[in-house]
Amino acid sequence: MNATELAAAVRSGERSAVEVVEEHLSRIDAREGELHAFNLVMADDARAAAAQIDAAVARGEDPGPLAGVPVALKDNMCTRGLPTTCSSKILDGWKPPYDATVVTRLRDAGAVFVGKTNLDEFAMGSSTENSAFGPTRNPHDPSRVPGGSSGGSAAAVAADFAALSLGSDTGGSIRQPAALCGVVGVKPTYGAVSRYGLIAFASSLDQIGPFATTVADAALALEVIWGHDPLDSTSIGSVPSAIESPLAVLDRGVEGLRVGIVDEITLAEGIAPEVRAAVEAAGLALESAGASVEHVSVPSAEYGLSAYYLIAPAEASSNLARYDGVRYGLRVDGETVEQMNAATRDCGFGAEVKRRIMLGTYALSTGYYDAYYGTAQRVRTLIIRDFERAYERFDVLLGATSPTVAFELGARTADPLAMYLSDVCTVPSNLSGDPAMSVPFGADAAGLPIGVQVLAPALQEATMFRVAAAIEAAKGSAS
Amino acid sequence: MTDTTDTADASRTDQWETVVGLEVHVELATVTKLFCACPNLFGAEPNTNICPVCLGLPGSLPVLNERVVEFALRVGEAFHFDVPERSIFHRKNYFYPDMPKDFQTTQYDEPICLAGWLDVDGVRVGITRAHLEEDTGKSVHLGGGGRIHDASHSLVDYNRAGVPLMEIVSEPDMRSSEQARRYVEELRATLLAIGVSDVKMEEGSLRVDANISVRHYGDEFGTRAEIKNVNSLRSLARAIDYEHDRQIEMLERGERVKQETRHWDEEAGCTRPGRSKEEPDDYRYFPEPDLVPIAPSAELRAHVRASMPELPAAQRTRLIDEWGINDHEAGVLLSTPGLAEYAETAVVALDGGGTPKDVVNWATNDVLSYVNETGLSPALLAPEMLAELVRLVGDGTISRNQARDVLAESLREEKWPKAIVSERGLAQVSDEGALGAAVDDVLAQNADAVEEWRSGDDKVKKKKRGFLMGECMKALKGQGNPQLLNRLLDERLARG
Ligand SMILES: [Zn+2]
Repeated sequence: MNATELAAAVRSGERSAVEVVEEHLSRIDAREGELHAFNLVMADDARAAAAQIDAAVARGEDPGPLAGVPVALKDNMCTRGLPTTCSSKILDGWKPPYDATVVTRLRDAGAVFVGKTNLDEFAMGSSTENSAFGPTRNPHDPSRVPGGSSGGSAAAVAADFAALSLGSDTGGSIRQPAALCGVVGVKPTYGAVSRYGLIAFASSLDQIGPFATTVADAALALEVIWGHDPLDSTSIGSVPSAIESPLAVLDRGVEGLRVGIVDEITLAEGIAPEVRAAVEAAGLALESAGASVEHVSVPSAEYGLSAYYLIAPAEASSNLARYDGVRYGLRVDGETVEQMNAATRDCGFGAEVKRRIMLGTYALSTGYYDAYYGTAQRVRTLIIRDFERAYERFDVLLGATSPTVAFELGARTADPLAMYLSDVCTVPSNLSGDPAMSVPFGADAAGLPIGVQVLAPALQEATMFRVAAAIEAAKGSAS
Repeated sequence: MTDTTDTADASRTDQWETVVGLEVHVELATVTKLFCACPNLFGAEPNTNICPVCLGLPGSLPVLNERVVEFALRVGEAFHFDVPERSIFHRKNYFYPDMPKDFQTTQYDEPICLAGWLDVDGVRVGITRAHLEEDTGKSVHLGGGGRIHDASHSLVDYNRAGVPLMEIVSEPDMRSSEQARRYVEELRATLLAIGVSDVKMEEGSLRVDANISVRHYGDEFGTRAEIKNVNSLRSLARAIDYEHDRQIEMLERGERVKQETRHWDEEAGCTRPGRSKEEPDDYRYFPEPDLVPIAPSAELRAHVRASMPELPAAQRTRLIDEWGINDHEAGVLLSTPGLAEYAETAVVALDGGGTPKDVVNWATNDVLSYVNETGLSPALLAPEMLAELVRLVGDGTISRNQARDVLAESLREEKWPKAIVSERGLAQVSDEGALGAAVDDVLAQNADAVEEWRSGDDKVKKKKRGFLMGECMKALKGQGNPQLLNRLLDERLARG
């Protein structure tokens, strides 16, 4: 049963939330040892929360649109009184004194949290291998990665440990693992979902979004978590009032919509032939459903990756400065405060985090700022303009999510650049701030899932979901 | 010292000019902090006014306090600043234990206030900019010498972390310690008048760093030293004078002044170099991605403009013109917060029974001493009581001397002067009949003295008259109206 069905069943009293959560906990029991999707399984809390949902239903109350739905949270979202680790040793022992806004909204909607999911340390990575607590494995083939950085959240939904999960997407960290795990993953418009309580990686790019098994479930989850939050200055004031409900338009079809297949994220070197084929097939499916489909070039998208790997580390170098051993988390003693800071950070951060802090520190340094950070910001402006131009001709854009299907564990760990290339198709949307999502569409010869990416202009989530729903509907005939 | 040295000193002072620029940090008196809802309070128990935001906990985000923007607009109006359509915050990155995020959120190259000025005693001092930033926490280093480097351990109080600060940076337009002191005085009075800060140097709500250099008249600016740790107006003047001498001595010995940060040592009366760093700081400034640009609306700008109070400079001119007081008196009135307002209310309450000058006399002497002794704000006193006192002196009910005591009691006990006068039976006898009878009695009882007065020379006349006047006062228990009494005595003596 998917989230929409579960919520309906629990709300109507047809199924008990306790029974639903037990079902999921037993699946976790069976496969978590193999997959390691979670940093923390919250079995007791989940049972207690489910019992409360059942009690509310018994009293004749409506627990909300996600009544009794088991949800997993990426372990970079603050949960009051529960460890929130970012899969880093540096946050050892820290328990946030507050809940992230998304956590509060999900709970208020009746969701039942089953656990905190594994990620690349501080969301830096594309395979969930950069976790201080060991990698997560892909439920479709445990010798392969689930993608990253939200690999635990993607795997949890793919393995049906939870009906929904939340991830965060800074350069593709929701969409890429969604593609690799064969689930739906959404990066909403920047500012549509509050970042309050999301432990920052790169503030101007980070955005929270849902994983789900269906497009409708993803829309259901998104509508629960989005909306203005006075605690986040970058949160958009008009959401959701000025924005159409994706749920309301899912079955409206794509008749008359103009779809552009972006060459730079479909045909570029390094994008596997079967992935290209899936994008083209999705285009054809949309065409036969009544949309017009054309190829389009967004030239600056090519430079997205370079710009991204300057802007994101620069912001990260500043965001991660606070882990200094003074106030919380790990502290490794030293003779002086400076030595204590250095020893704590040396011991607490993994190699990839250190690499990005160094990159970012360098990019912001006097004498280099303009050449690196400054140029990257100009590229960002160019990308925004190029996409705006494309959206004058098209309602949505299409492309690959990940250049390849899930790769073997360890295949790219020795070569950071090869790993960075995993994000080439997804970073442009983070830089432009526009929404994008990945929808499963077909599989390669070995049966590994392929995701197709749907991109839309800012706040046009409704149109994006209509197209995603059409692709989802065509999936059966394509594979 | 020989004459030659004196001459050399004199010519030295002629040759050298001091150049001073000041950076003034002001804590804004908002109810809450810059980016969170914690109270902005001085003197609370350590780490009681804190929350995830001002502690910089992972996942927390700043939200700009709207009042701060309004305060900045007031500062903009008061000092003739340009307030651009849009200004932004940056992050200033460096590690320090009392800075929760290990970066300071501050304005950098796009500040909220640009290119203003302040007139100080007829000289226009340019103000380059005023920008917003957050304050840090406070470290206490225990064991060792009380400094971070030799302490056995340190404690940090984050109550002050995130308190809104405004840094007001002047042009190097001042040429003496006195001018610098006066600039800060005027700045303080203005900030106080517009209600954005309580500008208390002793509580650290106003902190001054001084950039000081010397040059020969007409030359380019010299290399400057930045002096920190200046905690009072007196230290500011002393520090500038000390630096002036130090730099001139160095230059005259053929040495160069080093561009450095120095700390003022109040006890030793000198500046000392700060801890020297091997490399210059690289703060890696970049725009704060967690905040949106500050773009004050037209409505807010209009509201601020309409609600600006009269500024001290204008108030001073007006009081001098309207009340006929001098510059010094106006200065005293305006340098104590609330005293000018107190005097203004008292003048209105006079209702013709005295002059504004009388009010100012009392306000700048007796009332000011009382305020200084007790630490009370003049806003807590009743100006109507002073007005009544001035009327009582004006209509001759009590003498000036009596009035002093009455005012003291009135201030202390919050009592109306009229009530005190009647309680103490102080009212002067001004009735001519009663006074005349008393004089007649005294003359009759002291016929000898009257006779000596009549036959004596000027010296004797003066002495005997004084004696007789004293007897009259005694007879009236000191309550006789002295002017009237003098006249009556003279009339009767002349009549013989
Ligand atoms: Zn706070």
